[in-house]
Amino acid sequence: MKTKSNLERVLEAGQFAVTGELGPPQSADAEVIRKKAKILKDHVDACNITDGQTAVVRMASWAACSIGKEEGLDPIVQMTCRDRNRIALQMDILGISALGLNNMLCLTGDHQKFGNHPMAKGVYDLDSIQFVKMVKDMRDERKFQCGEEMTTEPRLFIGAAANPFADPFEIRAARLAKKVAAGADFIQTQIIYNVDKFGEWMKMVRDRGLHEQVKILAGVAPIKSVGAAKYMKTRVPGMDVPDSVVTRLQGVPKEQVSGEGVKLCIDIINQLREIEGVAGIHVMAIEWEEVVPEILETAGLLPRPKFTP
Amino acid sequence: MLISEQKPFEEILGYLNGDKNIFLIGCKGCAEGWGSGGERQVAEMGGRLQEQGKTITGSVVVDMLCDSALTRLKLRTYKREIAAADSLLVLTDGAGVQTVAELANKVVHPGCNTLSSGGAHAEWKEAERCLECGDCMLEFTGGICPIARCSKHLLNGPCGGSQGGKCEVDPDIPCVWQEIVDQLARLGQLDKLERLVKPKNWSVSLISGPPVKRYP
Repeated sequence: MKTKSNLERVLEAGQFAVTGELGPPQSADAEVIRKKAKILKDHVDACNITDGQTAVVRMASWAACSIGKEEGLDPIVQMTCRDRNRIALQMDILGISALGLNNMLCLTGDHQKFGNHPMAKGVYDLDSIQFVKMVKDMRDERKFQCGEEMTTEPRLFIGAAANPFADPFEIRAARLAKKVAAGADFIQTQIIYNVDKFGEWMKMVRDRGLHEQVKILAGVAPIKSVGAAKYMKTRVPGMDVPDSVVTRLQGVPKEQVSGEGVKLCIDIINQLREIEGVAGIHVMAIEWEEVVPEILETAGLLPRPKFTP
Repeated sequence: MLISEQKPFEEILGYLNGDKNIFLIGCKGCAEGWGSGGERQVAEMGGRLQEQGKTITGSVVVDMLCDSALTRLKLRTYKREIAAADSLLVLTDGAGVQTVAELANKVVHPGCNTLSSGGAHAEWKEAERCLECGDCMLEFTGGICPIARCSKHLLNGPCGGSQGGKCEVDPDIPCVWQEIVDQLARLGQLDKLERLVKPKNWSVSLISGPPVKRYP
């Protein structure tokens, strides 16, 4: 075990892992975090807390993670290169580990243009791959990015993202290979609605043997309405929502759409579990956390394994 | 006027590792003015490379390398020498390197770092070509600059927002990483994408370094 991460323990035990996701508030209200954490904590092995998703100002991920940990979550701190240079990133990495947080997802970040401060100066000193390498060197070599040594290293289980639906498709497995070479322990993917395309990507991943070097958690999310499906299909960068998904939701009476969205999510989970190399799922039900227990129960993924600390 | 200086010779040699036959290109505009890639520097570079066992298949110093119409004509007269080369070494600023990369259909190595535009931009007006970052990355990217043209200055490949050849930030902006991947595929150099590009030295950049003019 590289860390005290519960997620690492579950994956190392060969169990099919489940991670959740929690969006912090656009305010200083800690109760929002506590409430969502209480819903999720017994149903997921670890839980991402987003870091200024879509570049909108929200409570810092590490701070919200610290609150989530008090509530019993094993939080995954998300951190982006958009807002921090290599100095700020490393300071936060040290602080995150000192707070007893065990997991970090290293991201480039959504561009500032999409958020509520589009005039902000983007940082992008490092890209996500260089970021992963930096965390790995801090943990395993006790070295800062500049090469200087430290006495107590941050012990973080290192995550990175992958989007099987972005272009150019043919180099997406090569890009994953780079993240693995840089030091990623686990991967969380973009939300999957096009399972066939994901399967093609997984084949490229298996051809390189990457599924044996990194734990791949497949991203899923329930859809609440036909409008949300159409929005994701046309407006969200990097998403692939097939027509069949929209048609399926349109095919039921309006009051049953959200229920159908939940069923669709469960169907996708069941298909993903059959794909060789998928080590777990990452459920992103932002602002719909209360539906997560039902999804996981129906998919047969509860109860979650417990380990004595 | 684009201000450039030659990269350290060892770095250039590293780029040329595996290439035996080299065609050299310089520019009589800015690069000659700054002593980084005029007639004299191209001749000197040829001599130094020969000492290292390289064969120079030919060389040309174009009046204004960033003028793509002119450069296209010039390169055509050296068609045979260029075809005989494993790669082209271009001794000028980022704009000139990218003109050659677009026209030559050959592996192009940058021999200089661009330090400043001295207040103006080069003759190639259709897109941003050089952000004067001072630490030229064109070697790794098929001669197309992700510092100037990727919304996130990514050095290790496209982000998850690239779809249909467009940048996630604006559908009117092409994804430069799509262009880079296409270019590397054409050149049979996709393996370049497998290499981890290290964090960049931003201290020599006008974007982030000290606000001084850097005339070499």
